[in-house]
Amino acid sequence: MPTTDYLVSIGLEVHVQLKTQSKMFCSCPVRFGEAPNTLVCPICLGLPGALPKLNAGAIEMTVLAGQLLGCSTPEVVKWDRKNYFYADMPKNYQLSQYDLPLCLGGEVPLYELAYPKDAQKSIVHPGKVVRLTRIHLEEDVAKSTHHATYTLVDFNRSGTALMEIVSEPELESAEETVAYLNSLRQILVYSGVSDADMEKGQLRCDVNVSVRPKGQEKLGTKIELKNLNSISAVRRALNYEIDRQIGEVEAGRPIQQATWRWNDEVGQTEPMRSKEDAHDYRYFPEPDLLPVRTAPFVERARAIRPELPHEKVARFEASYQISHYDASVLAADRALADWFEQAVQGSTAPKKVANWVINNLLAELNARSIGIADCPVSPTTLAALVELVESGKVSNNQGKEIFALLFERPQDSPEVIAKELGFEPADSSEIEAIIDEVIASNAGPVAEVMGGNEKAANFLVGQVMKRSKGKANPKQVTEMILLRLRPS
Amino acid sequence: MDIRHIARLARIELNSEEILRYQTQIDQLIQYVEKLTELDLDDIHPTSHAVEIFDVMRPDEARDGALSLEEVLMNSPSVTQEQFRLPKVVE
Repeated sequence: MPTTDYLVSIGLEVHVQLKTQSKMFCSCPVRFGEAPNTLVCPICLGLPGALPKLNAGAIEMTVLAGQLLGCSTPEVVKWDRKNYFYADMPKNYQLSQYDLPLCLGGEVPLYELAYPKDAQKSIVHPGKVVRLTRIHLEEDVAKSTHHATYTLVDFNRSGTALMEIVSEPELESAEETVAYLNSLRQILVYSGVSDADMEKGQLRCDVNVSVRPKGQEKLGTKIELKNLNSISAVRRALNYEIDRQIGEVEAGRPIQQATWRWNDEVGQTEPMRSKEDAHDYRYFPEPDLLPVRTAPFVERARAIRPELPHEKVARFEASYQISHYDASVLAADRALADWFEQAVQGSTAPKKVANWVINNLLAELNARSIGIADCPVSPTTLAALVELVESGKVSNNQGKEIFALLFERPQDSPEVIAKELGFEPADSSEIEAIIDEVIASNAGPVAEVMGGNEKAANFLVGQVMKRSKGKANPKQVTEMILLRLRPS
Repeated sequence: MDIRHIARLARIELNSEEILRYQTQIDQLIQYVEKLTELDLDDIHPTSHAVEIFDVMRPDEARDGALSLEEVLMNSPSVTQEQFRLPKVVE
């Protein structure tokens, strides 16, 4: 059977580090890039007898994320021990939540711009929404670094508050999975609970994938994929694994449930452990932590719930008369959306400001490989520049030149730079003189314009621009020429 | 209750004599607890804690310097680059 005769089911377990000040069960600070083992206490080191203390801030953030994702929260939640042996967790159990997690249900809408760029034109299920199973709040483990003959363990990360977001197996392709991860990431960044940066390990995911022939109700046997360290790796791994599984089924070899690992260097998946070695975690209630009543957390989360990306898109379209696509580009990054909204404050041309941000600002940022957070030009400066262009004082191209210079001299105003570049045609008598010359020496085009063909004026404008060495403003020159020659 | 499975999960090595002895003891323990099933518990919710206390939490405030590096690493069999050094872990 061809590949298209198979259905693919993908479900994700996404781990997200929360941006709390302190760890989940102790007061050690949460910071990145510190010297190894300097943010550690007996609790996050897992020393015998150390007692955990719940971080109310982490609970608050998880409930907020749940509210944004449409989850419900049980009235009472509790924590449980998940038992296993591994060197990155020396107390031999991870504090997690089993039967009463902080969030149940919920959903993630797949945003169009969250799909891989090359897949945005061929989205199979536009507007698809993927259901979540649950979100629970647990502790991160220590960081292991594997060397040739030994492993080093740093406990700074141990105990960091970690949300695990579990989806239903409703994703049907590698591309939808990319869209899911990007959309989820966007919503989490909007909520402010995490930076969710995969490269920094703030967002990590395990993927379950199975295939089955079309028409078969029951899901195929799943393979769990690990070691997916970037969104592009997730896409590569899934495309490889889907092909491999279909190949196995086609060859009459049933899939055995197992955990496989993605080898990004070689570009293939490799078996890691079979079902016989599957963990038996023997969850039981954590006796050292008491249950928590969630009502106050839910109430607070409802009060501070921020706007979601798709809600922002709708508002931008309505308030600033910009296209759905432009609004989506701006809203894809909360920091960019905030920057745009500051620039557009009091502007008479919000649509133009949006164009400048999307076409010019993003290009400049890309060229410099910096994010909006590091943009030296302030939103009010861009707004001033747009006003300068819109009032006709400088041309669009001159505006772009000024914009590029503003990145070098962000403290200067666009007007000052325009003057320096000689773009300020304040001395119109000089320009008038040039126009006189041009009209005198181009009888043909002049006659055409006078005859009502205004397009012929473009030639005259070009001549004026040439003689003024580009210092005149073409918009203004056009107006001045037409004022003289237009039949009245 | 499969004593071998339990022993493997707990990373405990048992010889055949121990397996027999512990199997008998654990079976007796479970039999004792199973006495509870003689009661009608339909209306009783499972309890995770015996005391009716809720919401014991701390505010999200960080405090540095709980342990010195020397204290952190004092139980490590071997130290490299201020980290716990272990035989290579593969997973």
